[in-house]
Amino acid sequence: MRTPITFSLIASSILLLGACSSPVKLSDKAPVEDHSGHMAGAGTGQVDPRTVSTVNAGATDALNDPQGVLAKRSVYFDTDSYIVKGDFQPVVEAHSQYLLKNKARKIIIQGNTDERGGREYNLALGQKRAEAVRKSMSLLGVPETQMEAVSLGKEKPKALGSDEASWAENRRADIVYP
Amino acid sequence: MTMMRKYLLRAAMAIGITASAFAHAQLRVEISGVGANQIPVAIAAFANESIAPQQVSAIIKNDLTRSGMFKIIDTGSALSETTPVNLGEWKSRGADALVVGSVQKLADGRFDVRYKLLDTVKSAQLSALALAAQPQFTRVTAHKIADDIYEKLIGSRGAFSTRIAYVTKAGNEYRLEVADADGEGTQVALRSNEPIISPAWSPDGTKVAYVSFEAKKPVIYVQNLITRQRVVLAGFKGSNSAPSWSPDGSKLAVALARNGLTQVYSINQDGSNLRRLTNTNGIDTEPQFSADGQSIYFTSDRSGGPQIYKMGANGGEAQRVTFNGTYNISPRISPDGKLLAYISRRNGQFQLYVLDLANGQEQRLSDTVKDESPSFSPNSKYLMYATEAGKQGTLAVVSVDGRAKHRLTTKAGDIREPTWGPFMK
Repeated sequence: MRTPITFSLIASSILLLGACSSPVKLSDKAPVEDHSGHMAGAGTGQVDPRTVSTVNAGATDALNDPQGVLAKRSVYFDTDSYIVKGDFQPVVEAHSQYLLKNKARKIIIQGNTDERGGREYNLALGQKRAEAVRKSMSLLGVPETQMEAVSLGKEKPKALGSDEASWAENRRADIVYP
Repeated sequence: MTMMRKYLLRAAMAIGITASAFAHAQLRVEISGVGANQIPVAIAAFANESIAPQQVSAIIKNDLTRSGMFKIIDTGSALSETTPVNLGEWKSRGADALVVGSVQKLADGRFDVRYKLLDTVKSAQLSALALAAQPQFTRVTAHKIADDIYEKLIGSRGAFSTRIAYVTKAGNEYRLEVADADGEGTQVALRSNEPIISPAWSPDGTKVAYVSFEAKKPVIYVQNLITRQRVVLAGFKGSNSAPSWSPDGSKLAVALARNGLTQVYSINQDGSNLRRLTNTNGIDTEPQFSADGQSIYFTSDRSGGPQIYKMGANGGEAQRVTFNGTYNISPRISPDGKLLAYISRRNGQFQLYVLDLANGQEQRLSDTVKDESPSFSPNSKYLMYATEAGKQGTLAVVSVDGRAKHRLTTKAGDIREPTWGPFMK
């Protein structure tokens, strides 16, 4: 049953291909995009036609500047505290401004805790930290659709020790751009 | 559709390594405490038992020893259930009861295990069983006989033939494993490179709900252990965690952070009928249905630090249940409804406690300091919990009176998050 239909499809495809191929002019130049801001060598004849100017797609994204404030993506908390401290307000503000300018970007805010206590309760505490950052950014006008606050609890510790320095490192919320 | 296929494929991969995992992941049992009154029982080697893949009488002995309720008396020679025995002689050797039996291979390949439990004091037969099973179920047969001995001599149902599930972590690999209650017969249900927490066994014993971080955030899955089918029960915005089954298996209580902080919800086991049960500005998590399904116990920080509260199964007004200490978490209700187990922090130590709900009496059951995730045996006689020994995660079991104690350890990394499975049909 299928054979005649398949055959006719192949046959018509060949016909179509044949029909399409005839009008293509082999002498057409490949399109060249101009990113230089002016017509490259238009009418002047002074620019070497073999010049290649690089466009760096990431260069204008402040997120990729390792020296910029946006490179800071962690907010640290005191023991049993769920308040974003003043020290980290610039981090929250910078990312908020970035998100307001870049509506297509989304972030995940991951809350973490130190290793002490139950896994589920720590998960809820990590959520509280992520939520504190999310609320701060929401107050600065970042739409809910651009943010998700989640918790990793004590499951993904950055510092592995059982000492105050490790615990402090793990009492943290990270701003993550997927 | 592609999502489901991916899950099935992953589940298939998890099953694929079961055979290799079986060889090296066995757990070791260390007994560190026994009951106050041990019943002396003589257990004979079963006649012809060497033909079966496992030694039935040895498994029975280990089960009864581990329970802390029995003092095992060796008999020296094998005694079949048909051998004439002088019960008076066994009584004079200190045994209150005698266990005898035999193993026979049937024409269809199954092993027929027969046993008798004899009372040496009353000089009477207390029980007799004949269990025929495929060779691979020899262990289960032995556990069932141990269950029968426990029931006839103690007066409540034995839980040796039940299973446990727990999470192991070795390097970056997490596994959800299922084993017999004695830690033998390990099988891998899920393998992942991201954390797995809070497994909860369905009341019919065929499914496990758990939280997996494989999607880079906590999401609740329900996995059918038999078919490998795995579905997302709760993958809402924010964190999804702490699944707990209703006693009839129709719904689960869960902790979701879809509207800000973590709150308790209920959801049907097919993912329908999501209902918010708590409404606070703080944390409400770790819901657990009461034995009758009418109430939900949960952890809340509404009074400051975490304490355990109780509310109706459909939400509403909550009453505080724990008052000692400033940090009480992880409530678990015994299947008989009489006890509440939880973890309490006192002087910086996290320890297992049990509260008698009838008289309000509280008892500490452990002397370790990093206890987590308690789980009752289905006969309400024991609690299994996670703790730490020598910097390694290990599972501990304690009788609800705090006397009988043993540990399940593995050389292959951490072991944690135990959930004791139900009685199986």
